[in-house]
Amino acid sequence: MANQTDSHGAAEAAGMPQLEFSTFPNQIFWLAVALVIIYMILSRIALPRVASVLAERRGVITGDIAAAEDLRRKAEDAEAAYNRALADARAEAARIVAEAKAEIQADLDAAMETADAEIAAKVAESEKAIAGIRASAFGNVETIARSVAAEIVEAMDATSDERVIRDAVSARMGGLGG
Amino acid sequence: MEEALVTGLAYAGAGLACTGMGGAAIGVGHVVGNYLSGALRNPSAAAGQTATMFIGIAFAEALGIFSFLVALLLMFAV
Amino acid sequence: MASEAQAEGTGLVFHPMDQFIVKPLFGDGPIHWYTPTNVTLWMFLAIVVITLTLVVGTRGRAVVPSRSQSVAELAYGFVYRMVEDVAGKDGLRYFPYIMTLFMFIVCSNFLGLLPMSFTTTSHIAVTGVMAAAVFLGVTVLGFALHGVSFLKLFWIGAAPLALRPVLAVIEIISYFVRPVSHSIRLAGNMMAGHAVIKVFATFAAVAVISPLSILAITAIYALETLVSFIQAYVFAILTCVYLRDALHPHH
Repeated sequence: MANQTDSHGAAEAAGMPQLEFSTFPNQIFWLAVALVIIYMILSRIALPRVASVLAERRGVITGDIAAAEDLRRKAEDAEAAYNRALADARAEAARIVAEAKAEIQADLDAAMETADAEIAAKVAESEKAIAGIRASAFGNVETIARSVAAEIVEAMDATSDERVIRDAVSARMGGLGG
Repeated sequence: MEEALVTGLAYAGAGLACTGMGGAAIGVGHVVGNYLSGALRNPSAAAGQTATMFIGIAFAEALGIFSFLVALLLMFAV
Repeated sequence: MASEAQAEGTGLVFHPMDQFIVKPLFGDGPIHWYTPTNVTLWMFLAIVVITLTLVVGTRGRAVVPSRSQSVAELAYGFVYRMVEDVAGKDGLRYFPYIMTLFMFIVCSNFLGLLPMSFTTTSHIAVTGVMAAAVFLGVTVLGFALHGVSFLKLFWIGAAPLALRPVLAVIEIISYFVRPVSHSIRLAGNMMAGHAVIKVFATFAAVAVISPLSILAITAIYALETLVSFIQAYVFAILTCVYLRDALHPHH
């Protein structure tokens, strides 16, 4: 029916150009040519190139990650070193402070010692002086007591031996004179 | 007269053949709808099944294309 | 044509299939197998587009890709992953062939969407040759790799013994229908979409419905853009599926 109304119906087998078998060899030939050319272009040039680019990128990314890891480790090392230096400096400072403190303490102790010794010497000297004063005082007291006793005895008109008086006085003052 | 009858019947046949494409549409919709409901239930497994969905669509659609082809043949080639 | 005769009464002249006519590029003579035709022209334009995207686009070989290089890498990665996922690791040997088919189909489809262009992939002759090449290649490969045991593809061991002959018949039929559906799917999709656009374009001649028809053309055009890619994808993925059957017939 399509052919009957078609003006050049005999030449065209059907109304559908797809079913016109006379053009098939032409289409198949050029399709084959085109596919072969595309295959050549792809397999010789395009695909190896893209594959190499992708492989290179993967390599670069792996390398970059490794480098970043390396840098990170370096940074960690640097931080550790910094911390160690800081700790060392702190320890050094503490040591210096302790040393200074010890030195000052030693000076202080020495000064205290000399001062103590001086004070002790002075005390001893003073005590000796006091003892001398006391001894001389006792001596005077005995002399006075003896002379007073002699006077008293004389006043009571009793002659007495000087020696007896002296002994008696000494005996009485035994507890005091020492 | 008979020619006109044949022509008319051929066109009627072409129109009837086109109903087959509705079936293909239902089939494709069914495939995609079921894929989607499955994908929403388990989204992690959805990505791996996209290719399978397209294969299913292709098979369902091919039959609709066949009916379309029958219609075209009736209109132009009979 | 039948449609012309039919449309004479209404004043509209439908030529939905005229866009698919194969014409010689020079002159008006008969079409021999070597005659340069519009098929030749648009196939070579497809080659040019492929060369531009995959060869010229990647000439920088940059580690940080430029825009055109990203497109090439995207196409490469897309097909590569598809082959790897569907056909398996040992299918990667045949990756260049599948890439060739995919790039040719996708470029032809998109070129066919240009106004006044010729869609090479809308012809049964073109898609049929590609599907037949895939079918023959896969079958020969299956027999070459597995010998007679490739026929176990049709003898399903998991099914009950009584059912196996029936299933074998069904499997064999579906195996031989593969190239038919493989080729007609692509050609039919391309032809249908373009013919529909043409029909709507014819309606644009009527002033009252022309805005609607232009809207419809826009919508169908968007759909066709999607279909162009999906059909190329489906063609490639089905090739991978057939390849997997040839590489591992005992699944």
